[in-house]
Order: sequence, then C-alpha cells, then structure tokens
Amino acid sequence: MSDQSSFVAPGRSVGLADVFRRRYLLSLIVRKEIGIRYRGSVLGWMWSYVKPLVQFVVFYLAIGVFLGMNGRVEYFPLYLLAGITVVTFFSEAFTNGTRSLVDNAALIKKIYLPREMFPVASVLVAAVNILPQILVVTVIAVFFGWAPSALHIAALVLGLIIVAMLATGLGLLFGAVNVTFRDAQSFVEIITMCAVWASPVMYQWEMVQQKVPDWLFVLYRMNPITAAVELFHFGIWFPLEPVDGQLIPDMWLFAGIGTVLSLAFLVIGQLVFRRLEGRFAQDL
Amino acid sequence: MTTSNNRIVVDGVHKEFKLRHTHSIKETFVAAVRRKPLTTKFHALDGISFEVGEGESIALLGYNGSGKSTMLKLISGVLLPDTGRVLTRGRVAGLIEVGAGFHPDLSGRENIFLNAAILGMSKKETEERYDDIVAFSEIEQFIDTEVKHYSSGMFLRLAFSVAIHTEVDILLIDEILSVGDEPFQQKCLARIRELHAKGKTLVVVSHDLDMVSDLCERGILLKDGKVRYDGASKDAVALMRN
Repeated sequence: MSDQSSFVAPGRSVGLADVFRRRYLLSLIVRKEIGIRYRGSVLGWMWSYVKPLVQFVVFYLAIGVFLGMNGRVEYFPLYLLAGITVVTFFSEAFTNGTRSLVDNAALIKKIYLPREMFPVASVLVAAVNILPQILVVTVIAVFFGWAPSALHIAALVLGLIIVAMLATGLGLLFGAVNVTFRDAQSFVEIITMCAVWASPVMYQWEMVQQKVPDWLFVLYRMNPITAAVELFHFGIWFPLEPVDGQLIPDMWLFAGIGTVLSLAFLVIGQLVFRRLEGRFAQDL
Repeated sequence: MTTSNNRIVVDGVHKEFKLRHTHSIKETFVAAVRRKPLTTKFHALDGISFEVGEGESIALLGYNGSGKSTMLKLISGVLLPDTGRVLTRGRVAGLIEVGAGFHPDLSGRENIFLNAAILGMSKKETEERYDDIVAFSEIEQFIDTEVKHYSSGMFLRLAFSVAIHTEVDILLIDEILSVGDEPFQQKCLARIRELHAKGKTLVVVSHDLDMVSDLCERGILLKDGKVRYDGASKDAVALMRN
C-alpha cells in the first residue's frame, strides 16, 4: 500500500479518496453483500422484482383507485413507480449506511481500513438492488410508448447521482454518530418515513403549491430528493405526454441546487466522520 | 529518529480511554442532570517510546491490562494516539484475532479473497498465493463449502493461513498460540520464523513467555502503561517472572 521508503502514521486516512484507492476491496465487499442477500432463498433475485411490484400494487389501489388519483393524473401508475424508485433507493442506502459501521464492528475494532468503505459500500449495494426496479419501470413505460431522448436519460442519471451523493453524505454523518449513540438509527427511520411524503411521490406538486406560502414551496423544491423525484418524472412519465402534465417550476434550477446541496451534505458527512473516526475502535 | 533502517517509531505515546457509562442521548442527559460522571478515564499508555529496526523481532510483554494490545492496535492504525506519534514504514498486517473479516455465508475460497483484500492484498497477489494458502490450511476438500459449516479449528486454520501469507514488511501477532492443534501451531511458528529469516519485522504479544523469548531477540516489558524494561527478551521474561 504505502511507499517502501517513507514513514507514515498508521490509521490516518485521507477519507473517501482512500476508499477508491482500495476499490478492489470495495468491489469484494459490495459483491459479498449482494451475493448473500438472497442466499438460501428459493426465489432468490425474484424477490427484488416481487417487492417493488407488491408495494406498487398496494399504493396503486390505495392512492390511485380509492383516493382517485388515477382519474386526476394520466399514467398515474408510472408516475407513482418512478417516484417510489427514487425514494426506495434513498431509504435503503441511507438506512444501511447508518447501520454499516455498527454491523462491521468486529472488523473495525481489529483491522485498520478506511472506514468510509462501509457507508460507501451500502450506497453501492442499494444502487445495485434498485436496478431491477428501474428495469421494471422502464419496461412498463416502453409498453405505454415511452421513447426517451438523451435529455430524459440524462435527467434519470442526474437524479440517481443526487440521491447517491446525498445518501453517502447522510450515511457518513449518521453512521458516525450511530457508533456512540444508537439513537441515530431510530432517527433515520423517521427521516426515511417522512421522505416519501416530503416529495411529490404519491401526489403532485401542484397540490403543495396551492396550500403552502411561496417561501415554503421554494424550500419544498430545494429538497434534493424532490429534485431527484421530479427528474425521474421528467425522464419516465413526462415523455408519455400526459394530459395536463406539468413540470415543477424551475425544475433544472432546483436540480442544480439539489446537486449542490447533496454535494454539501457529502462534504459535511465526510468532515464529521473524520472528526469522530478516531473513537470508533473504542466506542463500538 | 526516522532513520532509514527503522520500521516502527513510537515516540512519547499517550493513550487514555474514556469509559462511557451512557449509550443513548437520554441516558447522557439523565446522567448530566444528576451530575453523575459520564466517563471514567483510564490511562492505558503513559509516555511510551521505542524504535524497531528492519528485521527485528520484538515481544511486547506485560500482565493483563498493561497496554500490550493497545500498543499493537496503535501500530496497526486501529487506534490513534492521544499525544505523541506512531510511524511505520512499509506494509503492516496483523494476525490480530484472525478471522475477523470472515463471513459465515461465503465459501472458504470467497473468504480467502475477501480477507486477503481486507489485509491489503491486490487480486493478483492473492491469486499468486492462493494455492499456498489452501495447502497451508490443509482443508483443500472443504474449500468450496460455506465457512459456517467449518469446525472452529478449520476456521482458524484458514484465517491464519490467509494472514500469514499476506505481503508484509511488519507483521503484528497477538496470541498466536491459540490457533489450532499442536502440529498446526508448530507449523505456524515455523512459518513465522521463516518470515523473520526473510527480514520481516515482527511484533509479538503473547502470554506464552517461553515461546516469545525463544522467537524474539528483544523484549519490551510494559507495566502500568510505561516501559519497564527494553532489552534482551530472556532478561525481560526473567524480570517479569520475578
């Protein structure tokens, strides 16, 4: 690893950069997590398709049929599925990232590795796990006549990047706090529970705009997850040209703000992580 | 101090542990209101300095709680010193509680690659050593079985084989003789001697005083977080036994 001829202080990492320097180990950890996920189950990877589909059917019946959103929004199932995909990715990455250090306590206490490895691996695992769901969404969209342009695909990619950066930053932040105070885990559960409703996933942004003052609507749109959800709506639902389908005002501006904010969370997460890291081995 | 033939430099290292009595925000708050102490301090290392040259083998000696394992963790980077500094030159790998990186649901083969990567080896290096690792562990026929079906002896054999085959300059060894049966222990010792003969630097912690005084030329006796004696391992052991 280190230069043969120079002295180094063991245990002082340069943070996230070290994780990517040891990407072979990172890839093994990610592959291990993915490999053992469905080991010992008969249906195996089928579960990755079954879970989002069941979730979708439930929401579709409850919100689309019973609450009547099907009549208000054309292609509502796709609208719903596109948003759920973003939020599911965020929730899984964030929750597992927060727990990753405690889950790997045995390793952290005994061997030195860049500890950022674990939250980063959680986000990558969540990214791989969300792929079947994205596949399901696009197949359904193609069935309805989805023909995306390069811009639509770019919007989807940007949405995923925003969520990945945000989840990594928050995972580092809450993961580090969780080592000393396990309260962080419960707090994160509440955040992810709210995340679904703090963005236009089950409903449309117009309903928020009508009820809240302007400044609150600005704040609403500054939420990076809202930006990512709207980018997904733009990429999957909007190309179908739904009747009365409107893009959230200043979508690209707020996508930019969302990108900058997630990057800021990534930097804050890394800084807090480095501050608390010295105590991990003794607090776990 | 950081001369070219030194491998490890430990310079005025202090390490204090805060033993937390609270583990949630609520408990912390309640304890703070009742003015109970939130932490108790424990001075594990109190101004330790020594240097280890290339190819040296040293034994860290001392009774339980004298700070031996803490010192080893500072060299490996798991813990950081409060004050003072620890410097190492070259690759460090530890046989510290072997098997920490093993996953029960993975096969022996998969675990070899994972654990080798955790210890800092590249894919190519692991592939080159793969046959040696398996041969050393003597569990060829179970290599594609999930590790959870292994006996504890088999598990330790495999974990130890991986650790002992890593590409290192400095090898940290904590309680090696808790590994496997007598013949396997002898084999491990022989392998460690072989590494030492090749010029690797060894730092050994063990309660088996005869073994360490035989394996290492130099002994550092720690007591209450301070260096009591630093010299020939036989003398350090004799001092400890008195």
